Amino acid sequence: MTDLNFEDCLTRLEQIVTALEAGNLPLEDSLKVFEEGVALSRHCAKYLAEAERRIEILAKDDAGALSQKPFPWEAEEEA
Amino acid sequence: MSAERTVWTVSELTERVRAALEERFPAVWVEGEISNFRLYGSGHAYFTLKDESAQVRAVLFRNRGRRLRFEPGDGQYVLAFGSLEVYAQRGEYQLVVELLEPRGLGALQLAFEQLKERLGQEGLFEAARKRPLPRFPKTIGIVTSPSGAAIRDMLRIIGRRFAGLHIVIAPARVQGDGAGTEIAHGIQDLNALGGVDVVIVGRGGGSLEDLWAFNEEVVARAIAGSKIPVISAVGHEVDFTIADFVADLRAPTPSAAAELVVREKQAVADAVSDLRGRLERAMTGRVERERRRHQALASRRVLTDPSRPLRDRERRLDDARRRLERAAALVLRRAQHRVELATRGLRAASPFTRLAADRHRLSGLHGRLHAGIARRLTGAEHRFGSTAGRLQSLSPLGVLGRGYSLALTPSGTVVRSAADVRPGDEVRVLLDEGALDCRVERTREHDDRPQL
Repeated sequence: MTDLNFEDCLTRLEQIVTALEAGNLPLEDSLKVFEEGVALSRHCAKYLAEAERRIEILAKDDAGALSQKPFPWEAEEEA
Repeated sequence: MSAERTVWTVSELTERVRAALEERFPAVWVEGEISNFRLYGSGHAYFTLKDESAQVRAVLFRNRGRRLRFEPGDGQYVLAFGSLEVYAQRGEYQLVVELLEPRGLGALQLAFEQLKERLGQEGLFEAARKRPLPRFPKTIGIVTSPSGAAIRDMLRIIGRRFAGLHIVIAPARVQGDGAGTEIAHGIQDLNALGGVDVVIVGRGGGSLEDLWAFNEEVVARAIAGSKIPVISAVGHEVDFTIADFVADLRAPTPSAAAELVVREKQAVADAVSDLRGRLERAMTGRVERERRRHQALASRRVLTDPSRPLRDRERRLDDARRRLERAAALVLRRAQHRVELATRGLRAASPFTRLAADRHRLSGLHGRLHAGIARRLTGAEHRFGSTAGRLQSLSPLGVLGRGYSLALTPSGTVVRSAADVRPGDEVRVLLDEGALDCRVERTREHDDRPQL
């Protein structure tokens, strides 16, 4: 599941919720997807909580190779 | 007179004219309509500028023509700046054009329209080419000036909405010569970098010239060639650039682009927790439903009384046993019956039994015989009596009682007529009591009896 990106995670979570709400799944499958859904929602929440902020600027050396350097940026104070 | 006459050669005259013209018109602005426009392989372009009553030849050398922001052509009404030159070999003068721009429609505007039409015909603006934006990009590439207002606006908005994102800035000058190329390279670099989910290309507001780089073909081609979805965000709401038409999405401003790309973290978090809630409610509901179903099942007697099935089975066993016994008894009874029948038959067939039966029958018959005979006798007696009575009444002798008598011949024949006898014959006369033996004295044929 960790190889799923946030969007895929959320999409899958939505599918699971819709399927569960429809109530057509056999109980065993329901439990299975419920567990998956819980894990997905945890994963999503974790992504939201832990997403790392990085602001970088591309630099190119003489050979044309790309590198990323931190971009000096301080968020302005919110009014 | 002739001594005063000055005779010049053609070259001298031409040289004089050239000097006069070129000194007199080193830099002029001329407006007119282009005609006979011809672009040569050398890259130089030759055309005529004309108005209603005159025309002047013009040349646009390759190095100048390259810097034009539109493509000149016949019929265009242009403003040309340049100097006059005399082409001595042909005795002609021409305007060497340094600057050329359309009148009426601005040069940039014309170039814009021309490029737009060309790229549109190529299908670069087709809606089918537009790619959907990722809903939750992790890495956002931004092609813009790192020192401009646009980048600050975007970073501020992204930071406010969803701080935890990876942003890669591809620095590019966004105005002036070469800006378009830098922008195009920025897009290509972000593609080459990999891992970028969406690219924003843009800059803040400015004049048409300031925004011009975003109308350059190289930028349009880079956007069209990008594997990553591209959002254009150039200038203000009212500014439209070629980049806007090619991009997968046009944002009216850089700030708007940031808002389009980055959802508010809170909204996303809310959506996630909403999903989590629905997930749990759905599951709880499901479990509750199953529990109710289970309860409904559990409340059935089979499950509430565990010994019930056992008892049922016992009862079934009992039933079966009883039926078995009954069936066995029936079989037995039938056998007994058959034995009985057979015995009875046997007994019936036994000679003793026959004898007894015969005896019985005999005595029956005997009885019936007696009874029959008795009955018969009684009947006969009765009949006899009555017959005898009747006989009595009918007997000729019967009349004797009433005083009649009967005469018989010795042979027993009744004498009916006097003629039946002769005198001297013996006759016996029968009386009611006794008889008389008589001899016939005489016969009388007739007597005095009254005749009936």
